[in-house]
Amino acid sequence: MKTNNTLILLGAAAIVAGCATMSAGPDVTEVIKASFQERGIAKLDRLEQTPLQKACSQADAAGKPLDAATASRLEQAALAAVKPPADGTYLGDWKEGEKIAQSGRGLQFNDTAQTVAGGNCYACHQLSKAEISFGNIGPSLYQYGKQRGVANPADPASAEIVKYTWGKLWNSHAYRACSPMPRFGDAGILTEVQLKHVMALLLDPQSPVNTP
Amino acid sequence: MKWLAYGAACAVSLAGASALAQKSAADAIADYRASLQDGNPADLNAARGAALWNKARGPKNASLQGCDLGKGPGVVAGAAASLPRYFADADAVMDVESRLVHCMVTLQGFKREELTAKPYSSDGQKATEIEDLVAFLYDESRGMPIAVPTGHPKEQQAYQRGKQIFFFRAGPYDFSCASCHSADGQRIRLQDLPNLTKTAPAQAAFAAWPAYRVSQGAVRTMQWRLYDCFRQQRMPELKYLSPASVDLIAFLGVNANGGKMAAPSIKR
Repeated sequence: MKTNNTLILLGAAAIVAGCATMSAGPDVTEVIKASFQERGIAKLDRLEQTPLQKACSQADAAGKPLDAATASRLEQAALAAVKPPADGTYLGDWKEGEKIAQSGRGLQFNDTAQTVAGGNCYACHQLSKAEISFGNIGPSLYQYGKQRGVANPADPASAEIVKYTWGKLWNSHAYRACSPMPRFGDAGILTEVQLKHVMALLLDPQSPVNTP
Repeated sequence: MKWLAYGAACAVSLAGASALAQKSAADAIADYRASLQDGNPADLNAARGAALWNKARGPKNASLQGCDLGKGPGVVAGAAASLPRYFADADAVMDVESRLVHCMVTLQGFKREELTAKPYSSDGQKATEIEDLVAFLYDESRGMPIAVPTGHPKEQQAYQRGKQIFFFRAGPYDFSCASCHSADGQRIRLQDLPNLTKTAPAQAAFAAWPAYRVSQGAVRTMQWRLYDCFRQQRMPELKYLSPASVDLIAFLGVNANGGKMAAPSIKR
């Protein structure tokens, strides 16, 4: 009797397991793995999600924001990994920064390892007044430094804004988990020198971002 | 008299210029797109595709007239508006391009690897046979209501996986399809980005692919559209007819149900 019950239970479990497999179909991660091939610099390891990518994908698919505790944990981890410039100088040349903001090159499968990556900032942000072809996925950054009262980026009074801006460029999730903005420093999209140029574009009072 | 006419023409063109200046950039782009609608080169692709469809070809010297696109063998009208769908003979959900290749293999005896090796033409090059055939199949669904089915369990699975793939963030940029296509009124540069999670924009987007891209001088298929989106996301290369592509098209198609097919369209 006991044996029979066990067998029935096992059978029921097998049916349930079978049904679960039948109703779910192939797992989405298997499908993704089977659907892409490496090409040039774009290797298959790009499909492996970081914990942050995974958490953000799940929240997006569920149509709900991350729970506050997870968001805070991810933001703190991102902030802790922000690497300040080695020489302590945060600002480069805004003219170079403008070129980086205009360029959408880099890291695509039709780019090479030698392709100089851009930041493509104008894809999502308004920056200077002269460039009217800008996107709106991110907020307008026109007058970014001026609006934040940065008259002299080297002044200690500006230090907080300077560090925040560097952190946002390095890893946008440090201040807003699941932000749509790429991790330009953390993911190695832009070099430290390039990041300094973009910093200058945003904060140098002479930059077209901050002039009327 | 000549001078008078010249002066009048100048006045008209100046008035036109000032009217243009008052327009927003988005309106100007919309006008430009509208001006392209007349005389779509994709009509030629569709005509070539029709000839290819009806011609006996391949190792089996057969036409594609017996191909079942979901509405019975040989029924082409409206079929593209109801794909992807589940096909019992292949035990799989297939989109237009997957089903077309399936028919070319089973009916005509072409080798699948040869058909899928180069499905997209290079910029300005002659369209591939696949592109011409796809243009023809969509042209035969023009004006038909989008009706992508979800009745079969595998169709539901494809939709559910497609949704997850749509929100799948990965790669060095952390992008997913949703990074650009899940909010209203978004733009990259001056390019409007349809919110593909909402009915009306999903309908407009789904209805308009494949499309003739003026900038590339080529008909671009729905599979190409996804392949190029993933390139911009910095992902590896999406394989032609891959399961993820079919799942995504199923997700987009179901979101677009009730819309009206208008492909091949023309885009800048």
